[in-house]
Amino acid sequence: MAVNVISPGLSTTVQDLGRPGYYHVGIPISGGMDRFALRAANMLVGNDEGAAVLEAVFLGPELEFTVPATVAVTGGDLPPKLNGDERSTWEAFPVKAGDRLSFGYLKSGARVYIAVSGGIDVPVKLGSRSTYTLGALGGHEGRALKAGDSLPLGAGAGGKGAIPANLRRMPGNPAELRMLPGLYWHRITAAAGKQFFADTWKVAPEADRIGYRFKGGTALDFVPREQPFGAGSNPSNIVDACYPYGSIQVPGGTEPIVLHRDAVSGGGYMMLGCVISADMDLIGQLQPHSPARFVEVSMDQALAARADRKAALARLRAHLGR
Amino acid sequence: MTPIHSPLPGTFYRSSAPDKPPFKADGDAVALGDVIGLIEVMKSFHEVKSEVAGSNIRFETENEEPVMAGAVLAQVE
Repeated sequence: MAVNVISPGLSTTVQDLGRPGYYHVGIPISGGMDRFALRAANMLVGNDEGAAVLEAVFLGPELEFTVPATVAVTGGDLPPKLNGDERSTWEAFPVKAGDRLSFGYLKSGARVYIAVSGGIDVPVKLGSRSTYTLGALGGHEGRALKAGDSLPLGAGAGGKGAIPANLRRMPGNPAELRMLPGLYWHRITAAAGKQFFADTWKVAPEADRIGYRFKGGTALDFVPREQPFGAGSNPSNIVDACYPYGSIQVPGGTEPIVLHRDAVSGGGYMMLGCVISADMDLIGQLQPHSPARFVEVSMDQALAARADRKAALARLRAHLGR
Repeated sequence: MTPIHSPLPGTFYRSSAPDKPPFKADGDAVALGDVIGLIEVMKSFHEVKSEVAGSNIRFETENEEPVMAGAVLAQVE
């Protein structure tokens, strides 16, 4: 009962819904960057929504199955091929022992979630099977997959069905990332705040699971002040503080970085605020150089957006009869 | 002409460093597995190896140009 890794892709990791509860001691939440797609993949193959799957970014792996199973690939448009024959994304398909799954070129989005019935049965570490590569924790030996790895599968019945485009979610062009200004917003001038929302930014090539950096917008103007004791000399420095998931730090005031699932938990850069939880999945599907805007929302709007995402998940479950 | 595609989205570089000559110049021959450039993404550089052999390579993507996965980087005869 295993999946063998023939080639690993660029950076393919085992992920589930994450490892909440340890961020205060510096261990990030990890888990899939697009958790909606991750849940959808699991639903299609008949798994619990939080079962462990493979997250592949930009370049797909090549995998060999040693047992019959049901497989689904969701998220970005990275065309799956079974023994060379193209399969659809967002649709369950059966595989036989000896079958090989490979992928074509990425057409849109950034990450796919490859669910196999039974789930990837690596050991649970601190309550999760997710891989945190920087800390060498969880997943398969705490690291991205390598050729020759063999991943154990759990027992699973398998599912069927497909998820139509109107029940999926992908970022627009430009992507609109809703954000709630935070504690340090007063550090920038009113004009700088306005410009931050007016600019269209571009994803920097170095964006990864730790954070997404954005380039091409206007540098921030800070309100002059005497630097407090313990903060560095740069106007973007603060006395060290906790960094929330989704927080937008702007080192040097030039390039905003949105912290994502594998982020550090604290440091000394001011944060403009947080991308709302409802839009964090969208970031996981952004390719380098793709355009994005930040859109200001209130707490009420953020909570309404969270409720909308819950409703979207409920529609998905209803569609698949779960 | 046979295209050589970028396997990844990112930034394309034709040489290993700014002060180094390009891996391949227009008109060069290409053997299977030859490195024709680098793609920078997620804080690392990935070699683009030719999956075809041929002659007279013509680049269609400039040095430091952003590319999508599947973009045609060059053509070979």
